[in-house]
Amino acid sequence: MIGIEHYIIVSAILFVLGVLGIFLNRKNIIVILMAIELILLAVNINMVAFSAFLNDLVGQVFAMFILTVAAAEAAIGLAILMIYFRGRGTIAVDDANQMKG
Amino acid sequence: MDYATSIHLMGAEIGLSVVALVLLLVTAWTSTKAARGITVAAVAALFGALVFSISLPNGGVPAEAFGGLLRQDGFALFAKALIYIATIACLIVAPTYFERIGGYRGEYAVLMVFNAVGMGMMVSAVDLMTLYIGLELSSLSSYVLASFVRKDQKSSEAGLKYFVLGGLASGIILYGISLVYGFSGTTTYEGVRAAFDANFSTGALFGLVFVLAGLAFKIAAVPFHMWTPDVYEGAPTPVTAFFASAPKVAAVAMLVRMVIIPFGGQVEAWQQIVIFAALASIVVGALGAIGQPNLKRLLAYSSINNVGFILIGLAAATAAGVSGVLVYLAIYVFMTIGSFVALLMLRDAEGNALSTFDDISGLSTSSPVLAWCLLALMFSLAGIPPLFGFWGKFVVFQAAVEADMIALAAIGIAASVIGAFYYIKFIKVMFFDEPKGPAPAKAPVSHWAVLGLCVLVISPLGYLLTPWLGIAADAAAQALFSAA
Repeated sequence: MIGIEHYIIVSAILFVLGVLGIFLNRKNIIVILMAIELILLAVNINMVAFSAFLNDLVGQVFAMFILTVAAAEAAIGLAILMIYFRGRGTIAVDDANQMKG
Repeated sequence: MDYATSIHLMGAEIGLSVVALVLLLVTAWTSTKAARGITVAAVAALFGALVFSISLPNGGVPAEAFGGLLRQDGFALFAKALIYIATIACLIVAPTYFERIGGYRGEYAVLMVFNAVGMGMMVSAVDLMTLYIGLELSSLSSYVLASFVRKDQKSSEAGLKYFVLGGLASGIILYGISLVYGFSGTTTYEGVRAAFDANFSTGALFGLVFVLAGLAFKIAAVPFHMWTPDVYEGAPTPVTAFFASAPKVAAVAMLVRMVIIPFGGQVEAWQQIVIFAALASIVVGALGAIGQPNLKRLLAYSSINNVGFILIGLAAATAAGVSGVLVYLAIYVFMTIGSFVALLMLRDAEGNALSTFDDISGLSTSSPVLAWCLLALMFSLAGIPPLFGFWGKFVVFQAAVEADMIALAAIGIAASVIGAFYYIKFIKVMFFDEPKGPAPAKAPVSHWAVLGLCVLVISPLGYLLTPWLGIAADAAAQALFSAA
């Protein structure tokens, strides 16, 4: 029988993978955008699982809002990435070093 | 509570949303020549929202709107007034600045208005769902504002860094929210509080820690401050002035409401976190600024330092502490906008920014009025008594001492002495060093007007405001605690 704790463990693993994807990734900024999506989807699993477990619809409504905002966030992230690429000609993480200190 | 009352209570947000949507269409269909007109319309709308919010008949009484999703109480109105004032100031200085560095577009004003709507929702939210929507509305428009000068590589890099770390912070807050929801079974603040008062499990504690960590990101408190210097340096200066003022007020207000209402029964759980963040922010902010040659980075560290003082008031976890936080925020908004506007007036005849200590050495001979204004602002940020900045520090330390946190207050005072070092270095370079760089060009009237108003407020004349400010802040804090 799959219980609530299984869902929480899966979403915790996905969340940690997302956070590690941001900090350990040294290559490509697109991968960072994917890692942010992974974090939001981990939250969605949590929300829907809790919602089903608690018999309460609010969690699923919340999940819908998160999906919508995640789409807007990805659009804005890609747009910023575009103007960044136009100026620098690269999207490697290590090259984002105009400012330091 | 019927629908008409809800709409009346949230009239400012609804009105601003409509204005922003209309202005967005106008921007899309007109050329960049209309940008100034759009800015004027946005300033007028924000001013209208400010007047409307202050004059709400039940301003002091907590009033729920839309079935308990939002609450318009004295606390929210105090924060909103500051947010609207800061946004208006950052709109007024923007057109001339952007025209000098190559092109102003109406989208700037539209994004600022959307940002103001999001911030208004953040400070009014009494449900985790509205809190998240408001936070994202404000954050998403902030990312675009940071990379607003598309041709400038620093600006786009600042936007990218802000986006990545802001997205991570939202994810962390959201993960915390999902745990809070799961372990309390509700998303309303009152419901969460009742559930946690009955049973506060380990999972719920994890939720609390995640939410606080994400909020620390948003207010740039140590240990989640690393994005601040880069973003503040790279973003266009009017946008930096905005980031350091309005979103900070909104995020701090959101944090205060969060820890006082839903987590109000678990003071011992969050108090240690807030104390640690406060002390770490004060020390890192003071030490990090030493040796910074770039003035915007220096002010970024100064804002981290100031967040530490704000959190000292919150650490007291009393009504006096919250009132101190609000008074500090009110004074801080004027200090920080004044300093950044002074920085953006520092441009040579070709329009290049004078951005380092070498550039401003001997400013007192080339531009004495600006140098004296900066002197007042720096002394105020350092908290030196005749100026108004001292009062903010005094009220938060007083609240900490009254809550028996004498060690916290003592360390804070000691660290503020370290912080005074670089504020005074600023003054030393301006007044006692030989001029090296070019003299600043003449600044437009709009910049002088904003700077003059800020300097007037933080000057000793500001103390005339203290009774009024104290009453408003006390009422706001009371509204929060009586609802909790």
